[in-house]
Amino acid sequence: MFEENKIIAGIEIGTSKICVVVGELDHQGGLSIIGVGQARSRGVRKGEITNAQQAEEDVRNALYEAEKMADVEIRSVFLGVSGGHLRSFTNRGVHTVVSADREITEDDVQDVIKNAKAINLPADHSLIHAIRQHFYLDGRTGVTNPVGMLGQRLEVEMHVVHGQSTRLQNAIRLVRETQLDVEEIVFNGVASSLAVLNHEQKELGALMVDVGGGTTEYVAYVDGAIRYTGVLAVGGDHVSNDLAYGLKIPLSRAEQLKKSHGFALQNSGNNHEMISLSSEFGLPTKQVSLHNLHSIMSMRLEEIFELVMADLERQGLVRFLRAGVFLCGGTSRVEGILALAENVFQMSASKGETTGISGLTSALEQPEFATAIGLVKYGSLSKRTSKKSSKTGITLVREMFNKVLQRS
Amino acid sequence: METPHLLKMEPGNNGSPLPAIRIFGVGRAGGGIVNGLESPEFDSSVLGVVDTDASALAGSRASVKIHLENKLLRGLGSGGDPERSRVLAEEHFATLKAACAGARVVLLVGGLGGGAASGILPVLARAAKESGALALAFVLLPFDCEGNQRAQLALAALKSIRESADGVVCLPSQKIFKLTDENTPVLEIFEATSRFLREGVRGVWQMIAQPGVMPVRIEDLCALLSCSHAECAFAFAEASGPARSRDLAEKILLHPMLEEGRALDEAGWVLVSLKAGRDLTMAEVNRVVDEIKKRSKSAQKMIVGTAMDAACKGQLCLTVIASRDARDGLRDAIPAIKVENTQTPVTLEPRQAAEPILTSLKSRGNKSRQVQGQLPLNIVAKSRFDKSEPTLYQGEDLDVPTYFRRGAPLN
Repeated sequence: MFEENKIIAGIEIGTSKICVVVGELDHQGGLSIIGVGQARSRGVRKGEITNAQQAEEDVRNALYEAEKMADVEIRSVFLGVSGGHLRSFTNRGVHTVVSADREITEDDVQDVIKNAKAINLPADHSLIHAIRQHFYLDGRTGVTNPVGMLGQRLEVEMHVVHGQSTRLQNAIRLVRETQLDVEEIVFNGVASSLAVLNHEQKELGALMVDVGGGTTEYVAYVDGAIRYTGVLAVGGDHVSNDLAYGLKIPLSRAEQLKKSHGFALQNSGNNHEMISLSSEFGLPTKQVSLHNLHSIMSMRLEEIFELVMADLERQGLVRFLRAGVFLCGGTSRVEGILALAENVFQMSASKGETTGISGLTSALEQPEFATAIGLVKYGSLSKRTSKKSSKTGITLVREMFNKVLQRS
Repeated sequence: METPHLLKMEPGNNGSPLPAIRIFGVGRAGGGIVNGLESPEFDSSVLGVVDTDASALAGSRASVKIHLENKLLRGLGSGGDPERSRVLAEEHFATLKAACAGARVVLLVGGLGGGAASGILPVLARAAKESGALALAFVLLPFDCEGNQRAQLALAALKSIRESADGVVCLPSQKIFKLTDENTPVLEIFEATSRFLREGVRGVWQMIAQPGVMPVRIEDLCALLSCSHAECAFAFAEASGPARSRDLAEKILLHPMLEEGRALDEAGWVLVSLKAGRDLTMAEVNRVVDEIKKRSKSAQKMIVGTAMDAACKGQLCLTVIASRDARDGLRDAIPAIKVENTQTPVTLEPRQAAEPILTSLKSRGNKSRQVQGQLPLNIVAKSRFDKSEPTLYQGEDLDVPTYFRRGAPLN
C-alpha cells in the first residue's frame, strides 16, 4: 500500500509531444522528479486525439522511456486534458444555517459545497474540476474556513471546469489501453499553474499562460484560489502553419525557422536581412525575409495574448493580477515573448519556473514539461490530502481536488 | 520630358503672394521645433503654438499663441493625459478653427506620447480641415526607452491623426537614436530628433511656399502623405561646389533616414524637391532625379519639383519623401486612376498624375465608389488544420494565419 503511493506519474498527451513525468513522494511528503519520458506526438491536433492508434504508440514509447529512466513500474497516472471543447464558469452555492446557536459545523460546510456543485452541465459534458474559491459568511468575504464561526447564511463560490464527455473519454480510453489506471483527469492549465506558480504569487494574484503546441491554457489566481480558467485552441502549431503559408516553405522547415530565428516582436533592428535556406545537400535554395518571419510570428502570438487578455477583461480580473503573468509551454521559448506579453497584458511578465520540487533539474528547467510536472504535483497534493482525510475524517480539503472521474 | 512645364511658366506662381501657410507647434516638443525655425525664412506671423502649459507658451516667438486651459487643470497642463487635452481642444474648437482661417495649408508639428500633442493634434487637424485648409501633420514618436505606456499613447494618437489629417509624416525617434554615437548626451539626441523634424517641415514648406519652375502641387503632396499606410521616410541633404549634383545624389542615397537608400527600393511613391539658386542647370536636375529613379524602381509615382531661391547661391538642397507600400493606399485614395498611368511604373509628369488625385481627394468622403470584390482564396492557409474542427472566435476562423486575416503586407 505504501509502496504504491510513493510513485506518482503524470502524462500529458500534447499536440507536439507526449510527456510522462514520474515523481516520488518521500516520508516527509516532499516530491522529487525521478524520471521523464517523451515521444513526438503524431496523432494529436489542437490538444485532441485525432489518430488513436498513432497516439497510443507514442504514449507507449513515452511511458517506456520514463519507466526505464525512473527504474519503476508505472501503474496509474494522472492524465492531463485540454482542448477547445473545455468550458469553465463560476457557480455559487447558498446554505442557511439552521442550528439554534448559528454555529457553523462541518455538515453546513458540506451542504453548501454540495449546493454549489449542483450545476446544470450540458447533457454531453462532464465535470473535470470543481474548485472551491472562497466562503462568504453573511455576505462577508475572505473566510477561508468557516467551521466554528457564527453566521446565518453561508455561501461558497465554485469554479467549474467541464468538457465534452466523449472527447475526455477518448484520452482516458487511450491510456487504459496501455494497461494503466487513470487516477484522475486534470485540466492542463491547472496542472501547469501548480508547477510554475508559488504560494506568494497565487496570493498576490497571478496569471499563468501555457502556450503549448496546439492549445493555449490560462489560469488566473486571485487571493490564493483559482479564479478563472480558459483554453484557446491556438498554439505554436499555428505559428508554424502561418510561417509555412506566409513564407511559402514546407511546414517542417517553418518549424525549424521558428526555433532558430523566431522572435516575438516586430521591427527587431534590420528590416532587410534575408535568411538563406539550404537543401539537404547544403545548397542554398531560397531566401526568406527575416522581417516577414518576425511579423508573421509576432502577429500570431500577439493575437493569442490579446484573446486571453480580452477574456480576462470580460471577467474583470485584470486589476487583481498583481504578481503579473507567467509563461510556460514550448512556445514560451520564443525570444522576445516576455516583452510582447508585457506589452499586451500591461503587467510584468516572467518565465514560469518550476518550484518546490527537487529531482532531475534538466527536466525542471524546461518550460515544455511544466504541465507534466504539474500533474505529478497535483497527484502528490491529492494523495497527501486523501491520506490526511482518511486519518482525520476531514474531507473538506479534498474538495479542492475532488475527483469526478471513472464514471464511464 | 519636363519641357512642357519649363515652357509653361505660370505667372500666378511668381507674381501672386505665397499660398497662406500656417505652422502650428503643439505641446512642448512641437513648440520647441516651431521656435527653432529660423527667423528670416519663417516669418513669425506664419507660426503658431498651442499648448496647455502657459509657461511653455510664454517663451515662444510665434505670433499666434493659443493657451488651452480650464479650471479643472489648475494651470498644471494636461498632466500627460491625452484624453484631458482632447476634451479641452474640443472645448476650444472655435478658437482653433479661427486660428486656421484663411490658410490654405496648415502644418502641424508635435511629439506624440505625452499629454498635449496626442490629444490636441487630431482635433486641430480637424479644425484646420473644417476651416478649408489642408492639414499636414509632422509627428515624432517617442523613444523605446520612454516606456510602453508612452508608445501606446503615441500609436493611438497617430491613428487618430491619420484619420483626421490629410497627410502624416511620422518620425520614430528610436530611428535617430540608432544613427547617433553611443556617447551622445541625452539633450543632444533630443535636439537631433527635433532638428530632423524641423528639416522635414522646412523641406515641405519650401516646396509649397517657394514654387519654382517645376512646382509641387499641395494636392500631390497630400496624396503622397495620406495614402501611405506605413510611415513615410524623408531625408534632407544639401551640397555645394562644382560636383554638387553628384555629391547630393550620393548623400541622399546613403542617407541614414532612408536606410541607406533601401527605403527607396520599396517606396511606392517618391517626391523629390530641389532648391537652388538661379544657377541651377537642367543637367543637375536630371542627374539627381536619375540617381533616385534608378534606386526606386518599384515606385509607381515620382513627383519632382524645383524651387529657386536667390539666397542659396551655389548650394543645392534636396528633400526626398518616400512613402512605403502606398499600393494599398493608392487603391483607397485613387479609385478612378487611369490605366495608362499605372502601366508605366515611373511617371515624371506631375501634372498628368495629379488630376485624378485631386478629384479623388474631393470625393474621398463619397462611400458609394465601386470596389472590385475579391474571392477568398485561403485554401492553403489552413493546411495543417484542414481536417480538424475549426477554432472559431467571434466569427473569425483562428486557424487562418493572423497576418492574412489582418491584411498585413509582407514585403
